[in-house]
Amino acid sequence: MRVLRLATAAAALLISATFAQAQIKIGSVLSVTGPASFLGDPEKKTLEMYVADINAKGGINGKKIELIVYDDGGDPNNARTFATRLIEQDKVDALLAGSTTATTMAIIPLAEEAGVPLINFAGAVQAVSPVKKWNFKTPHTDLMACEKIFEDMKKRNITKIAIIAGADAFGKSMRDQCMTVIGKYGIEVLHEETYQPRDNDMTAQLTNIKGKPGVQAVLNPGFGQGPAIVTRNYKQLGINVPLYHGHGVASKSFIELATPAAAEGVRLPAAALLVAEKLPDSDPQKKVVVDYKKTYEAKTGQPVSGFGGHAYDGLMILVEAMKRAGGADKAKVRDEIEKTKGFWGTGGVVNMKPDDHLGLDLSAFKMLEIKNGDWTIVN
Amino acid sequence: MPEFLQFLFSGLTIGAIYALVALGFTLIYNASDVINFAQGEFVMLGGMVTFFAAAAGVPLPLAALLAIVVAVAVGLLLHRFAIEPARGASAVTLIIITIGASILLRGVAAVVFDKNFHSFPPFAGTTPWNVGGATILPQSVIVLLGAGIIVVAMWALMSMTLIGKAMVATAANKLAAQLTGINTRAIIGLSFAVSAAIGAIGGILVTPITLTSYDVGTLLALKGFAAAMLGGMGHPFGAVVGGLIVGLLESFGAGYISSAYKDAIAFIVILAVLFFMPNGLFGKASAERV
Repeated sequence: MRVLRLATAAAALLISATFAQAQIKIGSVLSVTGPASFLGDPEKKTLEMYVADINAKGGINGKKIELIVYDDGGDPNNARTFATRLIEQDKVDALLAGSTTATTMAIIPLAEEAGVPLINFAGAVQAVSPVKKWNFKTPHTDLMACEKIFEDMKKRNITKIAIIAGADAFGKSMRDQCMTVIGKYGIEVLHEETYQPRDNDMTAQLTNIKGKPGVQAVLNPGFGQGPAIVTRNYKQLGINVPLYHGHGVASKSFIELATPAAAEGVRLPAAALLVAEKLPDSDPQKKVVVDYKKTYEAKTGQPVSGFGGHAYDGLMILVEAMKRAGGADKAKVRDEIEKTKGFWGTGGVVNMKPDDHLGLDLSAFKMLEIKNGDWTIVN
Repeated sequence: MPEFLQFLFSGLTIGAIYALVALGFTLIYNASDVINFAQGEFVMLGGMVTFFAAAAGVPLPLAALLAIVVAVAVGLLLHRFAIEPARGASAVTLIIITIGASILLRGVAAVVFDKNFHSFPPFAGTTPWNVGGATILPQSVIVLLGAGIIVVAMWALMSMTLIGKAMVATAANKLAAQLTGINTRAIIGLSFAVSAAIGAIGGILVTPITLTSYDVGTLLALKGFAAAMLGGMGHPFGAVVGGLIVGLLESFGAGYISSAYKDAIAFIVILAVLFFMPNGLFGKASAERV
């Protein structure tokens, strides 16, 4: 009996200890494994790294953060289940969740219904538009990538282009978004081709594009290895008009896969994180991206990816909002997130408004050109 | 005309890959009646092992050899621990086992290697050759030559060596082969080893063109299977022709009709052929005596 009582007391002590330790609960559902693991994996590492860092420095207004991460494996059904669990069982104060657009779209309604602030890391514009009360987003949208590309084309007096798009969700979405704004820039699409996400030869499609007279540039909204193969085939066929890619391939491994020789002269919009060290010292974003890059690379031993940066931005926006709100009260935190002004993250400067829960502008993107197997910033 | 040539080259290159996968299917099917859906994983192993061995500092030819050895070892293990213990099971059960094995291999590859795409430099330079206004990569020629050599070697093995004859005999009638003193278990094991080697060689040859990752096998297995069916399951020559036809259909479909439906076009043609010739282009009509 005494043993039992002692054990109960010990258990009670343990419980109260954890309570004293973790007073703010942040829940996260990420695609750590599965096809979207390249998104979820750096996001998880980033969150864990920086939560530990914040806790070591005393937490938020003296309260420690408890981070709960679930892996949805890229499956929207799992994402929904885990988000429900976070809200109902774990009773989290805020959500940093959703690696892909599909998983995010499954989580948003739950956060709305339960009234939990949610910052998501999805790419597509649907993940933030139309504006929902509790939902926020940190990554640039594909629409912004399109605008950045068209701006650059306009500067080069390119008015007639061809599009070769991946037939996956990302490629389709970005292609559709591009078509909604292309008219604004006076650019005309002369020819369109697609390829399947796992195709390993696009010479047939590119041959058709090559045969179209008047094409001044080619745009490839795509993701994964597809754009790398497009770039190789482009070189093989000797097409000599400029080639543009979307922001989805902005990583060092893309240049390696496409081979530096074939990638020479290719342009794409990307977050400043990719060219952290190359930014001019006068750039207000330089400090935050260089710091994040160094920390991430030192702690994980892996090259930094823009996707982890989105998680960093989300966490920091949330933490700042909680500090200003003086705690984890959900409604107050939500209001404070919406009031985020002049926050410099890895994705650019964030100015949230009641009708803009993304808060990024085009300056968040840098237009890059690949030269000698490395990125250079185009002005 | 340059377009036509370009589609032709592109189709032949891709078709040669499918042909090699289809050949692997055929070999194992012939010896054991098993349709081995882990065939694409041998292709993956060929590319991935070569890349990681080369990245670890092993010279490329040695790395390629190592990849073949690894694939053969995996093929033998697959036979010994998955197929052999279930030898009395029905064909469907065996197919399910190979699908399971392919999922396992993919999972292990994702953990042992990583989930990124990889490539290594082509064996004969990157400058494309210009033929009649179309371009072809030297590596594509190597793939085609490699596929051709493998097919000839297979034919020589089957018709000129005692082991090959034993394989043919096992394929024709397992019981009768056993009665004449052929170790059919060893022969079936050998067929797994050889088709693993063919898959791995294919993977090594095409990786500089198509890139590789832990999960390239699934789609290749599907396309290779379609090619094998088209050519007539169990017919090595048919497998090669079937592979080339599927590749050509895809590239001409994408080029002349629509890139959005190119896979659909290929599969519709295959279905149409199988509708009129259920045993494939080269398969013999099967008649069973009751």
